[in-house]
Amino acid sequence: MASSADADFKTRLQNWIPKLVLSPSLAMMLVFVYGFILFSVYLSFTDSRILPTYGWVGWENYDKLWRLSHWEISLKNMGIFAGLYIVICTCIGLGLAIFLDQKIRGEGLLRPIYLYPMALSFIVTGTAWKWFLDPGIGLENVMQTWGWTSFEFDWIKNRDFAIYTVVLAAVWQTSGFVMAMFLAGLRGIDNEILRAAQMDGASNWNLYRRIIIPQLRPAFLSAFVILSHLAIKTFDLVIALTGGGPGRATELPATFMYSYTFTRNQMGIGAASATIMLMTIAAIMIPYLYAELREKR
Amino acid sequence: MSQASQDTAIRTGRVTRTLIYLVLLLFGLFYLLPLYVMLVNSVKPLEEITGGGMMNLPQVFTLEPWLKAWSSAQIGVDPTGLKPYFWNSIKMVVPAVIVSTILGALNGYVLTKWRFKYDTILFGLMLFACFIPFQIVLIPMARMLGLMGLAGTTWGLALVHVVYGIGFTTLYFRNYYAVFPTELIRAAQIDGAGFFQIFWRILLPSSGPIAVVSIIWQFTNIWNDFLFGASFADANSQPMTVALNNLVQSSTGVKEYNVHFAGAILAAMPTLLVYIVAGRYFVRGLMAGSVKG
Repeated sequence: MASSADADFKTRLQNWIPKLVLSPSLAMMLVFVYGFILFSVYLSFTDSRILPTYGWVGWENYDKLWRLSHWEISLKNMGIFAGLYIVICTCIGLGLAIFLDQKIRGEGLLRPIYLYPMALSFIVTGTAWKWFLDPGIGLENVMQTWGWTSFEFDWIKNRDFAIYTVVLAAVWQTSGFVMAMFLAGLRGIDNEILRAAQMDGASNWNLYRRIIIPQLRPAFLSAFVILSHLAIKTFDLVIALTGGGPGRATELPATFMYSYTFTRNQMGIGAASATIMLMTIAAIMIPYLYAELREKR
Repeated sequence: MSQASQDTAIRTGRVTRTLIYLVLLLFGLFYLLPLYVMLVNSVKPLEEITGGGMMNLPQVFTLEPWLKAWSSAQIGVDPTGLKPYFWNSIKMVVPAVIVSTILGALNGYVLTKWRFKYDTILFGLMLFACFIPFQIVLIPMARMLGLMGLAGTTWGLALVHVVYGIGFTTLYFRNYYAVFPTELIRAAQIDGAGFFQIFWRILLPSSGPIAVVSIIWQFTNIWNDFLFGASFADANSQPMTVALNNLVQSSTGVKEYNVHFAGAILAAMPTLLVYIVAGRYFVRGLMAGSVKG
């Protein structure tokens, strides 16, 4: 009798162990991710300044936020940055992948060179480019000492062009990764179809345009999703490269949120901007993740 | 992913091939340029840089900037160099990587081999957590760390990295265990093996590659993090990235570019070494995080 009850207890324990093992991670996720998201969203409707306070103010923070020129500049910069960053990374990534796929000697050497920037911190990248692009000691100065005295390149100090230096450094960091994504896609394409099309006299250009590139659609989608979420999260790179300047020329939503929350003591507005960032990423990621998880069923 | 047999069937002419090689080499140079700039300028006296010689090899070779960046440069208020912050990063990274990888392995095991209702939804929730902009959790996290007495400590930072790292580690192990034959596990169950025995004896021995992927990914990500370090660390627990940024942005005194470059290499060194030794696994981690399945 006792032994069967014992066995019963054991099997029930066995049934519970998996859930018990999962529970610390679940608890952490529910509290630290979803609980915190709710808390931040709640704060965006309160009059919080230096510390969280709980006086309800409705949409006031959002109202204020959308009237701030600082926020408007951040969004405009995000538009320029994200647009160029995504398009240029995709073009370079696709181009390099196609070129590398032509039975290139030394591919094993080139690929890791294209990809190593992904292993670096954005602070390191930012530091290197900051001084390389600095007109006083970097490229401009070098060109002038080499004899091209009229050479000018002061984008990083120029309000109208500084945002493009952020694009440059960000493209440098991630385009190799995009290349790897496309290369994996290219290597998965069935060569038989290509051979058949070649027999029919299709030119290389047509092969790529009509057969190969359309088959890369999943890689395009992944690249877009990854790049857009990286763009929205861009923070460290701007801090290291330009510090948001000159003036506010390279402020992005992430740097806006940080300075309003932690240095300007406008936590309510900071939380409102963070909420908008989250919603934007959610609008891109949720359909993507949903489709990815569904496919697997 | 590099077998010749998988290469494309496209044939190209000689001129096209030359052009392709040229473009590929030019891009190689573009990617190597910042590394070259950092390396050559970290071993030159300052005058050689300010005199317009940023692209030149050093005329006078000196390790002075490295020594200064490591042990005597002004970071914040103290002339400590980057050394203490390097150790802060190590103390933060090691526990966070170990804990998040173990949790990821267990989660992946449960989610694939002990399926229950809603497990896909749970996994989806975990996965989405990898991609949230962390700005949304900064304020409550700062409060929480304060309540737990971990504000401004290395342990607090390690905890933060565990929490926001388990999504990725779970993803790796889940995808890896998903293709592991479930029959083996059922057979072991019939033989009376329990939950942990199965994990320990059957799954873990074959988990080497994915564990390496997970460890490398977590190591690189946590080492390179700046946002959490800048938000939650105090002057004594700052990680390397925050200290490097303080060094480079400090507005007092002469800008010692050579020291900045040496510091940047010091901050990049651990992840770069890991990449050189085990780049294959790092790339696998990257790809698994983007093209799932």
